[in-house]
Amino acid sequence: MSDYLDGNAAAGALSELFAVDLTAAIAQCNGCGQTTVFAESRLYVDAPGMIARCAGCDTVLLRVVTTPTNTYLDLRGLTYLRIPNS
Amino acid sequence: MERTAIRRRLTWQVATVADVRRETETARTIVLDVPDWPGHLAGQHLDVRLTADDGYRASRSYSIASAWDDSHGSTIELTVEQVPDGEVSPYLVEVLKVGDPLEIRGPVGGWFVWKPEQEGPVQLIGGGSGVVPMRAMLRAHAVAGTTPARLLYSVRRPESVIYVSDLKELAASDDVDVRLVYTREAPAGEPRVGRIDAELIEQYAFKPEDGATTYVCGPTPFVETVADLLVAAGHDPARVRTERFGPTGGPR
Repeated sequence: MSDYLDGNAAAGALSELFAVDLTAAIAQCNGCGQTTVFAESRLYVDAPGMIARCAGCDTVLLRVVTTPTNTYLDLRGLTYLRIPNS
Repeated sequence: MERTAIRRRLTWQVATVADVRRETETARTIVLDVPDWPGHLAGQHLDVRLTADDGYRASRSYSIASAWDDSHGSTIELTVEQVPDGEVSPYLVEVLKVGDPLEIRGPVGGWFVWKPEQEGPVQLIGGGSGVVPMRAMLRAHAVAGTTPARLLYSVRRPESVIYVSDLKELAASDDVDVRLVYTREAPAGEPRVGRIDAELIEQYAFKPEDGATTYVCGPTPFVETVADLLVAAGHDPARVRTERFGPTGGPR
């Protein structure tokens, strides 16, 4: 099934939380170790909130869930994010 | 003026519809007036949020179709393709009118962008409304680009082409090559009907040794097929940037 978008579409939600754009950051998947730009991850927006999965092994990289009062950010599947300093 | 120490948190703001233009039977360009728009890079998008009377909210990402320069003042353009049974796009394409407010958040996205100072040729491959951010890139290129650019634009039939007059104008430049690919029905004189394949990439796209950056945008299956074809043809995956709109060209 191709019922997913990609990490680009998470830019808006992430920009509410982070000062830099994370969609162009290099991300390492904690499941398979694959290293790619976050924009290439698979993004599912039909679930409550937003889920990004590794395009290689389907591991959940990131979840963002917004309730009326708070936002939950779960980064369990990311070993690291590499962001250029400038 | 010095930048303020406290960064403004990017969040929702209200834009006003300044104009609407019908592009095809199912697509419409919406001109938005956004107070204090900070400018954007070609290829960036924004999120649109609709709120129902009962408080239910739905948001979607839409590519910005216009290039930014100071003379635009505070105006930007979106082009929205209606998704059957969509939650947001039918409202934007059929209901929204001049003067209406629209909640937006943007500009966002730092990956699927083209900057005039970027080195090497630019290869754009769009499927359906995937051409929207490419229009912004070609507009920016027309103003400041110094490298060759090519657009391969896959559409179902001649009536599905958006930005018809724009593309003609852009294609008149020596630096820009625009080629349409018809998947269901071609105009008279165009013998080829079918999706983008290896042969077409070989024939019309820059070669791996040309050092181009390739941008692929459209429905998810389209993007994955084209990206695979490019990599199979020897293109460096790191120079292929993709943006997926979902199963059928929506929800963007």
